[in-house]
Amino acid sequence: MTDPRQSPTETILASLPRRRRAEARFHFYGIAAIGIALAFLILLIGAIGHQGIGAFSQTEIALDVTLDESVLDPSGTRDPETLSTANYRAVVRAALGEIFPDAVRKRRDRRKLTALVSVGAGFELREQVLENPGLIGRTMRVWAPADDEVDMLFKGVTARDSGRFTEKQLGWLDRLEAEDRIRSAFNWRFFSNGDSREPELAGILGAMSGSFFALMTCLVLSFPLGVMAAIYLEEFAPRNRWTDLVEININNLAAVPSIVFGLLGLAAFLGFMGMARSAPLVGGMVLALMTLPTIIIVTRASLGAVPPSIREAAIGLGASRMQAMLHHTLPLATPGIMTGTIIGMARALGELAPLIMIGMVAFIVDVPQGPLDPASALPVQVYIWADSPERAFAEKTAAAIIVLLAFLVVMNLTAVILRRRFERRW
Amino acid sequence: MKKTLIAALFAGVAVAGAAEARDQIRIVGSSTVFPFSTAVAERFGKTTSFKTPIVESTGSGGGLKLFCTGIGEGHPDITNASRRIKANEVKKCAENGIADVIEVKIGYDGIVLANSRATDRMSLTLKDVFLALAHEVPDGACGSADACPMKANPNKTWKDVNADLPDVRIEVLGPPATSGTRDAFVELAMEGGCKAFAGIAAMKKADKKAYKKVCHTIREDGAYIEAGENDNLIVQKLTTNPRALGIFGFSFLDQNDDTLQGSTINGVAPEFEEIADGNYPVSRALFFYAKKAHIGEVPGIAEFIAEFTNEATWGPDGYLADKGLIPMSDAEREEWRAAANGLQNLSM
Repeated sequence: MTDPRQSPTETILASLPRRRRAEARFHFYGIAAIGIALAFLILLIGAIGHQGIGAFSQTEIALDVTLDESVLDPSGTRDPETLSTANYRAVVRAALGEIFPDAVRKRRDRRKLTALVSVGAGFELREQVLENPGLIGRTMRVWAPADDEVDMLFKGVTARDSGRFTEKQLGWLDRLEAEDRIRSAFNWRFFSNGDSREPELAGILGAMSGSFFALMTCLVLSFPLGVMAAIYLEEFAPRNRWTDLVEININNLAAVPSIVFGLLGLAAFLGFMGMARSAPLVGGMVLALMTLPTIIIVTRASLGAVPPSIREAAIGLGASRMQAMLHHTLPLATPGIMTGTIIGMARALGELAPLIMIGMVAFIVDVPQGPLDPASALPVQVYIWADSPERAFAEKTAAAIIVLLAFLVVMNLTAVILRRRFERRW
Repeated sequence: MKKTLIAALFAGVAVAGAAEARDQIRIVGSSTVFPFSTAVAERFGKTTSFKTPIVESTGSGGGLKLFCTGIGEGHPDITNASRRIKANEVKKCAENGIADVIEVKIGYDGIVLANSRATDRMSLTLKDVFLALAHEVPDGACGSADACPMKANPNKTWKDVNADLPDVRIEVLGPPATSGTRDAFVELAMEGGCKAFAGIAAMKKADKKAYKKVCHTIREDGAYIEAGENDNLIVQKLTTNPRALGIFGFSFLDQNDDTLQGSTINGVAPEFEEIADGNYPVSRALFFYAKKAHIGEVPGIAEFIAEFTNEATWGPDGYLADKGLIPMSDAEREEWRAAANGLQNLSM
């Protein structure tokens, strides 16, 4: 209630402190909102980083391996078939026997001892021998990956007295460490291998290639189609009931849950067109369906933001409508279109749901060489590893999330930079 | 110009994507068998000259559905299942031209009730499990079908269930209704405990539907917490909440036995040997099914079956045992190996 004896100036002066307080409160709310969001972000990145950092290193054990011809290639023919199915595990076991001659006498001890080294040691020797059969007969020192349990022990995730190792095993490990046969090295396998059921061998390359091929297909299909559809709708189409209907449908499609596009892909691409299951090409096509509405909407908005005076001036100077659009409106709208497309792609990169339907959520060891080879994708890898019982997969999951986030950050950053550099304001 | 170019590109993409001759085994099916099937697939790819099979985790039912849709390159060669194929699924397969199916039993999986090592190990009976988790429990002794009124589950603590158990609130984290683990848990543990009441057991003959409703319905008042399909999540929650029990597959207990302990059920602890011997009551058999018509068409199927049924794979010292699979007895393994490698047809 204002006092009738107060002058208007006094009323305003009296209300000033209250208004200033309201203003300060408003500021505080804003800062608090941003602060909370930032705190969550830091917590998320911190937790994932803390958990995932371990996956970038790997415990390795040095073995002096003798590639015994009598074991690997008894007939001496160097036949690739023989070499590819030879018993490399036996060679690794023999190398361990050299270090611990006492331990390998009893079968039980031998098993416990061999369990310390990853089965991948044998696979890696096989790769080397297949590449260079001349290695047979030689003795060489290799740094073999340790089993995931051993890796977890040296990373401090499992305790020594957890009961997961026998006294003997701990004794062997101590001796290996004392002899400088154990090291922690950069885990290049994480970036050069496909998926594996052995955490120490599991890598992200297969999923990364799968995501790359799927995104390329998605870009090649959705970008030109989306941009052309948008140009037509924005610049050339008459405004009538039909174009309104199309517009409403496009806006609706942008909001459809992505799994629906997966079902559509299953019916149309796999069922009707008979394309291969699990192929990143099909994945890209499904993601393209999902990204198309986003690109159309963004492109239309960017075209609409170009001032009509530019179009009118071009037409006034004798350009045709197509020339006005191609020479003037479209180039000016490009930064906006690019930004929208990159953000659409970033969203497609993180999609898992539509890929379930077309069989990309699968265990695939071989790294895909082209868009037709079966492949998974980055979010699929996160999902599969998160669901695996082995404890060492927890850090792999976090590391895969880090890789996925890194890609998303790079893409979004590109979008921001493009906008900053090329955006014109009127 | 641009438009024709893009149209050509689109057409090209579609043609290129059409399924070409497949040289890689495709496996679908149960998420429980997935960790074992993938382990075999990986070894198979790395120790033979065949390509590594592709394994999808679709659930047992989903896998059999895909498996039975037809013969040919577009359809999977093998499906995994955490239960036996059903008669109607065999029929569906036959309708779609898949007459010859090879059945292979690969071993067992135990379902455990575990809690954090920070507290005492629980010793439960199936009856306790039923009384703690059922939606409705008998009101009174329930001696016969006529004298067995039911009431909403009033049990708040384990002590309410059984005076020997600790006075701790019932809090069980388990899989949601869509999960195969949940199905098996309900069938083996809940129904097992439910049958302990003579009245309910008598009901089975009289009114099967009502019997199933009583035995298979889990309470929804917060004592049973659906924790999602991810067993790792349940494991993590158990370490932060020592009062809670969790329900999951044996392989997750095996991997976390330094922080978790499995409750004994009817006096039997969920240990490797006990499950293998069939003493532990909550265990189920795991299978895979292969199409005979695809052998010879898709390279490596017979060899894959041989790899899976190899002693070094599924035996007590095999690598699948390290992954948490409970192997069958020697005699059973011998029998299934002979049948599988002889490509013997499924007989129901």
